Amino acid sequence: MKKELTRQQHLDLYYYMRLNRAVEDTMMKLFRQNKIVGGLYSSLGQEAISVGTAYALEKKDWLAPMIRNIGALLVKGVPPRDIFTQHMAKYTSPTLGKDGTSHFGDLENLHIVSPISMLGDLIPVMAGVAIAGRYLGQKIVTMTWIGDGGSSTGVFHEGLNFAATQKAPFVLILENNLWAYSTPVRRQVPLENLADRAKAYGIASYIVDGNDVAAVYATAKEAVDRARAGEGPILIEAKTFRRLGHAQHDPAEYVPKEMRAYWEARDPIVLYEKFLTSEKLLDAKGQAGIEKKIETLLAAEREFAENSPMPPPDLAEKGVYCTGDDCHKIQARWERPKSEVMPPKSSITAVWSVEGFGQGKGSRGGNAPIHFGDTPAESPADVNKSVSRALPKAPAKKLAKATAAAKPAVRRKAQR
Amino acid sequence: MAATNGSPVTFLEAIKQAMFEEMERDPAVVLLGEDVGVYGGAFKTSEGLLERFGWERVIDTPISESAIIGAACGMSYLGLRPICEMQFIDFIVCAFNQITNFVAKGHYLWNAPAPMVIRGPSGGGVHGGPFHSANPEMYFVHTPGLKVIYPSTPYDAKGLLKAAVRDNNPVLFFEHKFLYRRIKEELPATEYTVPIGKAIVRREGRHLTILSYAAMMHTSLEAAGALAKEGIEAEVIDLRTLLPLDEETILQSVKKTNRCLVVHEDTKTGGIAGEIAAILCEKAFGDLDGPVMRVASLDTPVPYSPSLEEYFLPNAQKVFHAAKELARY
Repeated sequence: MKKELTRQQHLDLYYYMRLNRAVEDTMMKLFRQNKIVGGLYSSLGQEAISVGTAYALEKKDWLAPMIRNIGALLVKGVPPRDIFTQHMAKYTSPTLGKDGTSHFGDLENLHIVSPISMLGDLIPVMAGVAIAGRYLGQKIVTMTWIGDGGSSTGVFHEGLNFAATQKAPFVLILENNLWAYSTPVRRQVPLENLADRAKAYGIASYIVDGNDVAAVYATAKEAVDRARAGEGPILIEAKTFRRLGHAQHDPAEYVPKEMRAYWEARDPIVLYEKFLTSEKLLDAKGQAGIEKKIETLLAAEREFAENSPMPPPDLAEKGVYCTGDDCHKIQARWERPKSEVMPPKSSITAVWSVEGFGQGKGSRGGNAPIHFGDTPAESPADVNKSVSRALPKAPAKKLAKATAAAKPAVRRKAQR
Repeated sequence: MAATNGSPVTFLEAIKQAMFEEMERDPAVVLLGEDVGVYGGAFKTSEGLLERFGWERVIDTPISESAIIGAACGMSYLGLRPICEMQFIDFIVCAFNQITNFVAKGHYLWNAPAPMVIRGPSGGGVHGGPFHSANPEMYFVHTPGLKVIYPSTPYDAKGLLKAAVRDNNPVLFFEHKFLYRRIKEELPATEYTVPIGKAIVRREGRHLTILSYAAMMHTSLEAAGALAKEGIEAEVIDLRTLLPLDEETILQSVKKTNRCLVVHEDTKTGGIAGEIAAILCEKAFGDLDGPVMRVASLDTPVPYSPSLEEYFLPNAQKVFHAAKELARY
């Protein structure tokens, strides 16, 4: 356990892990009462990863959670009521009941991008946020999570490779919980350490004990600092274990009992409590105070969620499109002079410099043969401007001429 | 880059002008795609943009369509307005999940607009073979949250692309490569855009309505010319935008002509013609004097050999015969 953290930082990490678990415990109760509409996915035993990594971000930074990253949302400032109302499909939820679980975001204030169920899609998206942030001079870092399972998707590769070529300030947390639904990690990936995937992209990586929150935080902080300093994307493999099934419906009997027992003895909250107590950072009174604070908070948040209405049915047909400025006034927040990316400052000599060989340029004019599929006609037709735009009769004729070889002349056929 | 100076420009040049002008107007506009920078794009639609706007705004990407679309979506969340080029539009389906599940659903689900354009050369008739000739527009017309544009003239291509860049929604912009250098048009010297979601009457007529778009719009006009010689006055409407579809213009015309023929280069089953037929049945059944008819490509992949491809594609002759048959009702 790292001792460099301040007492307050230690207590923050502890508080958020406890809050994370308490929020999920509350949802378990709601689930058993049939108050949760869809599935419920647990991060039991993985709280140190969500909390420790997100805690390394600054307020201006961006994150995109996965399904088991409720803790990251709490650290970023999402109130528990948003998580309850999302799961309960309430009108007061961030998506107004249009989606559930952790599938919500906040572009304006908290800088959270919503996940979708398809794994890996967030990787290029968060790379794009990182590239745009750099372009605008915002000095932000972006972070998202992926599981051992999701790391086998094509878009994981495309996204991380692209981020690496762009040296995007992006940190990817590979949360290796050893199981993708019912499939053990060894049947998914022929690697001992999933962090080795980073080698394929020429990026830095770390391996960290995902059940040690202080270690997770220290590693994430270092990665975030390096990414912000311009070192490019960084991959962190956090090793942990998924204590419950894929979701509430899954008893996960495919997990060996011994394996479960091993990890249950390494509960991240219990481990951290022992550490905090031995370091005299937390005593019984302090712990009771935190528990009381969480209990009071969640009672109120749960009550709010339970008393919230379901969405009005006709909401279903609203909001597919942004209707314009009245709906969203889209404006980039520039923190560098725009003139830097506008001509004449932006103008360059467009050449590739190949180390050891010199430079090459693009082909122009006569040196640019026409690509197949783009053979110009000998006499391109004019869309005749002399007639009304509504009635351009000319192009048809001329086009017919231009394409006579490919298409039978209609007039001749028509006169048969 | 030549400003609009009164000389006719190709469809391809119109696309280039639209991107150039939008990037000049707004530093939030960036371009990313395969070989769009130093090389200037496979079809040279981005020629000169890197020289003018630099590495940060014209981004050569790896061959990773999902990464291109995903990254553009992320960029749009920070208020940029990225233009993604698919080198051939056939490759857009490599990013199908990213577009249909991520990009298209964001505004509806979590109030996140994604102002971005996905554009690229599409369509056949140029012997590009089964993977360089596609008309994949209907995969996306079936996806709420997207807008789908498929213009037929340089004027519209430029005006609609500029409108697409300024739109707050993800817009798919199909450029029929058969038209890239085959048609020229003089463009206004002054700034203009063309509204998304508006069809236009290209030729007025009273006996039947021919609805079409992109290259087939020209084929339809060609057929209309031949029909006129036989005394059949076809009204030809260029749909221009497929999503949202301009039902008003369609219904107005069909209420006048009482007959409707839809012509598209996309394959027949699941093409826009079927959707239009359903709309007409629902909203103008009493006005129809005959069945809504379709001329479309065969329900096969696009074949390579010229003789096969010509057989596969609609042409003016097929349109002419279908229109004559319809006019008999």
